[in-house]
Amino acid sequence: MPPRIVELRTKILKKNDELARAMRADFVGAGLFATNVVSSPGSGKTELLTKTLAALRKTHRVAAVVGDLATDNDARRLAASGAPARQILTGAMCHLEAEMVRGALAEWTLSDYDFLFIENVGNLVCPTSWDLGEAFRVMLMSVTEGEDKPLKYPSLINTVDAVVISKIDLAAAVEFDLPLALKNIQQVRPGVDVMTLSAKTGEGLTEWLAYLALRRAEFIGLLPQTSPAASPV
Amino acid sequence: MHELSVAQHLIELACEAAEREQAARVCKLTVKIGALAAIVKESLQFSFELVAEGTLCAGAELEIIELPLVVRCTACDADQTLTDVLNFACPACYAPCSEIVSGQELDLVSMEIDDREIDEYAAADC
Repeated sequence: MPPRIVELRTKILKKNDELARAMRADFVGAGLFATNVVSSPGSGKTELLTKTLAALRKTHRVAAVVGDLATDNDARRLAASGAPARQILTGAMCHLEAEMVRGALAEWTLSDYDFLFIENVGNLVCPTSWDLGEAFRVMLMSVTEGEDKPLKYPSLINTVDAVVISKIDLAAAVEFDLPLALKNIQQVRPGVDVMTLSAKTGEGLTEWLAYLALRRAEFIGLLPQTSPAASPV
Repeated sequence: MHELSVAQHLIELACEAAEREQAARVCKLTVKIGALAAIVKESLQFSFELVAEGTLCAGAELEIIELPLVVRCTACDADQTLTDVLNFACPACYAPCSEIVSGQELDLVSMEIDDREIDEYAAADC
């Protein structure tokens, strides 16, 4: 008797996608603008978020969760901004999944916040296909990583809404070729929004904060909105 | 490295479906992986074998169908297959193409199963 063929035609990450969809609906219902921040390790996610939280909390209700394989150092750094921050320990896991984020948010009332920042595990490959229910996904690349970083990670960059070039204060010291970096970004992800900033000196921070406020305003006005991570297939 | 997580999700789905179908075992799974899905085929195969141990999928073949990256060229008003995932430009008119039509798939297409009623000799053929 030959084996029987069963058609399944389903997404492999169906469970994560379904949970993310439910979380997205909850975020929309609560008016909570969730941002998924992805980058390689050491590009300055935590520093940028600490500054972002500190600035935004003057006018908005903000919170953050951060994923790392080990230590709660980043949650403590984020909490120094005065905003509530929670650490997600992923163990050996190289990315955040929707279930982990939901678990971290379980004790919070979503409608108590306007902005939620989800700092993903430092990794430019693994977070690609994992929808966390976010409204907005941003990729950081620091000038110390080289102009060709976008070309090395075409999959991830094609799931983000914006790219932030960080540590711009170090550009001259590392002879960073900004026009080349911009060209590379547009070559692999035409039309994506790009910003440059330095969380350390504050250069570009005003524009970054204004951009976030604008995206949140769109999110509230143009409901429901789909994140790029949710659109494939 | 996330291929291990993908394999876990894949086998969970397949085992659920196999239980539903009252299968004795899963012989083969067919999946479609897009060129832009950030999956290393060999790593997925390796993870699959590892995670399948002790489940209905143990020993099953994993067939991976690779799908190319297809983008929409608004200038040509046509879908274009890109061989270079690092250059999102239309191969015909060189216009930048930002809309992905396909190439991000991570899909479980089908499975082949042995039914429970069959005897051990038939199962060994699978």
